[in-house]
Amino acid sequence: MTTNDSARLDDLIGRAERLADASGLSLSTVSRKLFNDGKGLARLKAGGQCTVKTLAAATERLDALEREMAPARAQAPKRTETMSASIDSGASRAATDPLTMTHLDRLEAEAIHIMREVAAEAANPVMLYSVGKDSSVMLHLALKAFYPSKPPFPLLHVDTTWKFREMIEFRDRIARERGLKMLVHINDEGVRMGVGPFTHGSALHTDIMKTQALKQALDAGKFDVAFGGARRDEEKSRAKERVLSFRAEGHRWDPKNQRPELWSIYNARISKGQTIRAFPLSNWTELDIWQYIHREKIEIPSLYFAAPRPVVERDGVLIMVDDERMPLGANEKPLKEMVRFRTLGCYPLTGGVRSTATTLPEIIKETLLTKTSERQGRVIDHDQAASMEKKKQEGYF
Amino acid sequence: MARAATLEDVGSNAEDIVAHLDAHERKSMLRFITCGSVDDGKSTLIGRLLYDTKLLYDDQIATLEADSRRMGTQGEKIDFALLVDGLAAEREQGITIDVAYRFFSTERRKFIVADTPGHEQYTRNMATGASTADVAVILVDARQGILTQTRRHSFICQLVGIRRIVLAVNKMDLVGYARERFDAIEADYRRFAEGLGFESIVAIPISALEGDNITTRSTRMQWHNGSALLPYLETVKLDEAKADAPFRLPVQWVNRPNLDFRGFSGTIASGVIRPGDEIVVAPSGKRSRVKSIETMDGPLDAAATGKAVTLTLVDEIDISRGDLICGGASPAEQTDQFAAHVVWMAEDGMLPGRQYILKTDNTSVSGTVTDLKYKINVNTLERQPAKTLDLNEVGVCNFSLAKPVAFDPYKENHRTGSFILIDRLSNATVAAGMIDFSLRRAQNVHWQSLDVDKKVRATAKHQRQCVLWFTGLSGSGKSTIANLVEKRLADMGRHTYILDGDNVRHGLNKDLGFTDADRVENIRRVAETAKLMADAGLICLVSFISPFASERRMARELLEDGEFIEIHVATPLAVCEKRDVKGLYAKARRGEIKNFTGIDSDYEAPAAPEIRVDTTTRSAEDAAADIVRFLEEGGYLGL
Repeated sequence: MTTNDSARLDDLIGRAERLADASGLSLSTVSRKLFNDGKGLARLKAGGQCTVKTLAAATERLDALEREMAPARAQAPKRTETMSASIDSGASRAATDPLTMTHLDRLEAEAIHIMREVAAEAANPVMLYSVGKDSSVMLHLALKAFYPSKPPFPLLHVDTTWKFREMIEFRDRIARERGLKMLVHINDEGVRMGVGPFTHGSALHTDIMKTQALKQALDAGKFDVAFGGARRDEEKSRAKERVLSFRAEGHRWDPKNQRPELWSIYNARISKGQTIRAFPLSNWTELDIWQYIHREKIEIPSLYFAAPRPVVERDGVLIMVDDERMPLGANEKPLKEMVRFRTLGCYPLTGGVRSTATTLPEIIKETLLTKTSERQGRVIDHDQAASMEKKKQEGYF
Repeated sequence: MARAATLEDVGSNAEDIVAHLDAHERKSMLRFITCGSVDDGKSTLIGRLLYDTKLLYDDQIATLEADSRRMGTQGEKIDFALLVDGLAAEREQGITIDVAYRFFSTERRKFIVADTPGHEQYTRNMATGASTADVAVILVDARQGILTQTRRHSFICQLVGIRRIVLAVNKMDLVGYARERFDAIEADYRRFAEGLGFESIVAIPISALEGDNITTRSTRMQWHNGSALLPYLETVKLDEAKADAPFRLPVQWVNRPNLDFRGFSGTIASGVIRPGDEIVVAPSGKRSRVKSIETMDGPLDAAATGKAVTLTLVDEIDISRGDLICGGASPAEQTDQFAAHVVWMAEDGMLPGRQYILKTDNTSVSGTVTDLKYKINVNTLERQPAKTLDLNEVGVCNFSLAKPVAFDPYKENHRTGSFILIDRLSNATVAAGMIDFSLRRAQNVHWQSLDVDKKVRATAKHQRQCVLWFTGLSGSGKSTIANLVEKRLADMGRHTYILDGDNVRHGLNKDLGFTDADRVENIRRVAETAKLMADAGLICLVSFISPFASERRMARELLEDGEFIEIHVATPLAVCEKRDVKGLYAKARRGEIKNFTGIDSDYEAPAAPEIRVDTTTRSAEDAAADIVRFLEEGGYLGL
């Protein structure tokens, strides 16, 4: 190699270093682009040699690279360290920068990761679908996780026969429109016994028509994993719930056999008789759910939006008269009031709140400013002290 | 900063709300862990953060106030610890793994706090909570200063790779907000932590109980120049995706909705990917380019660390769950032996030599600890010799795996460098591991796609690989002819091998008897072995009665077109029985052997064999010559 060549080599190294500095690319990246070898530049700097032909080729690539980087630098002279590496024209807005993950992006990716992992490991998974907003988000995430395939599992709705009529219509329409397999299970024995919230009380009704019905459906379908939409922020006792929650035979939650969950590694191996409840929304809060519904334009039942609805006030709770099965007291007369529902369930057990919020932003604003927690409208929670805890032990969630 | 306060300022104008929502949707997320025991005021701190960020609803605050009066330890004041210490029932549950996750958010960030109470299980719980944390808040009681437990917390943080530490010196109210006390503790800690290599240590004097330096700077500690705790957590830099980090996509799921689409789904562990980028797949070493990044919202121009994506490739290459798609210029290492730090999490101690299931982000493989090099005393950081690891102990071990996995050292990539160990019987997660380095240095030199295939191997032997499958009754002359064929081929310099009852029944299939199931399994194994021989480029001669057409068809289907040559040695039963070289027909006729082919078990003659040999009209020598001619004419030998 001549002195001239050696000077050209020094020039190349200097230019490459300046480019790395200015662009935020690491020297090894630049080196890879020039020599197809991440350590090439370092070797040359340390006195290594290369052929004249290689030098010429690298110089040519460096010319191109400098041209490519120039306009990007001109547009964004003060790039931060994390932004700098994106070498496209820089015109994209922050939200679409592939390197920046918002909290919703991270929650979405985590939920999708969990769904894919569980679907890949489970023998016969199913997704519990309650028609509510959390189920709507979970279903949306499932559609995203497996796109363009359909989710590789059916949905399962446990119908207590006392759900709001609109919930059933919404459920059937969504399943039809999305081409999803929707399994519906009703506890026929409970129906034969005439179980209902008005005649048997909320606790017994929920136990027979929901908790027992769910167990029946999971046993009948021989499902080893059931996705649920529960979140850790819903209830103090859920703060320690795993993403994969292991149930012993009879669906009992078994606190001694819960497993540590490190990183994003999930141990979904089960022994005979064991089943798993998988909660991909574990780390979401109620606000996250609403924000995500807003961002992704996810359709939810109109019961969440305020509208004039026939209600009676009982023990301070506004109950909607959804069908003729609702027994009315002598002094009770349904009144049309502007109400909406913060959670959806059996209509006799779900209290409405007076509201004028008819759009999603208005609902979210109300949610943000609200002074009472989400579950307050649920009649079943007031039934027994620590009732959620007990229900979890029994297999309800 | 508290979210409700600012939203109240937002008018009822829908556009204002939408704008506000848009801003909220672009918040980042920080996950942190609080370390400290009950006495350090950890629960009070978390309760205070929840309270001050207005995460609590009125009904929850009313409950809290009532509980504080009834059970609290703070007199008339609110006892924030009650918010997170949980129900009595919860404590009685005896949950074995005790990590609680709490959530709050401010204008700038959403926070997830991993809260790990409990002294006994501390190491296991803390490692679990810390594994997903970006920052650790280590609490110190200002009256106590740096204690053994502070060192333990710091070591575990360093072990799981947390690089940013907040040293929260709590209970400053109890030391009169004295600057000297704080400065002494900070200096102590920095001296100790020097060896742990944290990227940043920020010390903040606080009083969780009084709310000093929590959400805003305390007027009672004007001498402190740094920020309060929450503002720090709101602004601390996240480990964002680095564009030049090597691309890694652990494949979780192969997405095949129809024959025209083949996508590979997973969460990007590091780096950036764009359509057109070259990739290399571990372990196959196959290369291709990214065709598209598919999502339900349309294809993406680019995707980076943390995003859950589905990639399609330009070429149809075989990729399955468990594979790692890497950037073309930076393939991951592969190894079946490595050294790793391990945190033992089960009541039953670790047993070197026992087989565990090792699970990474996307694959499971059988593995054993071959050597426990030493354990680390989490209190003194001393290395100690050990034969086993007990619950909550940390050690450095060598592992040996049943097959190689692709990985990066944990310090370079948490997602591709971590694993858990699963007990084979109970399926419990018994340990967490962090890979240090491969023990097979030679394999660090990057592998290339295996371009040496059977065609290359066969060509080197100047032949075309094939399986000559001799079928026929016992005593029909199969083995005699097969041996003659092999001898002739060997004379011609060809590479061959014979599989027959003698060399298979005594080794590979010595566990099999003569039940129907075993006979089928016998033939299956022979067929698979023959396939491997063909893959090695050999001419393989198989000599088995193989009476059932279905097993022979199975063997044919295992091989490629033209590789399976069925040879029916069609000696009539009467002739075989008359020869009865081994005296077996006589025994079968006397009923001493059951299920003997041709006597009381059927022989299904091939309908269309490639070659039919009639030993009543041709000698064995002639038959062998016919077969070799068939091979020559079929182009199996002339290369």
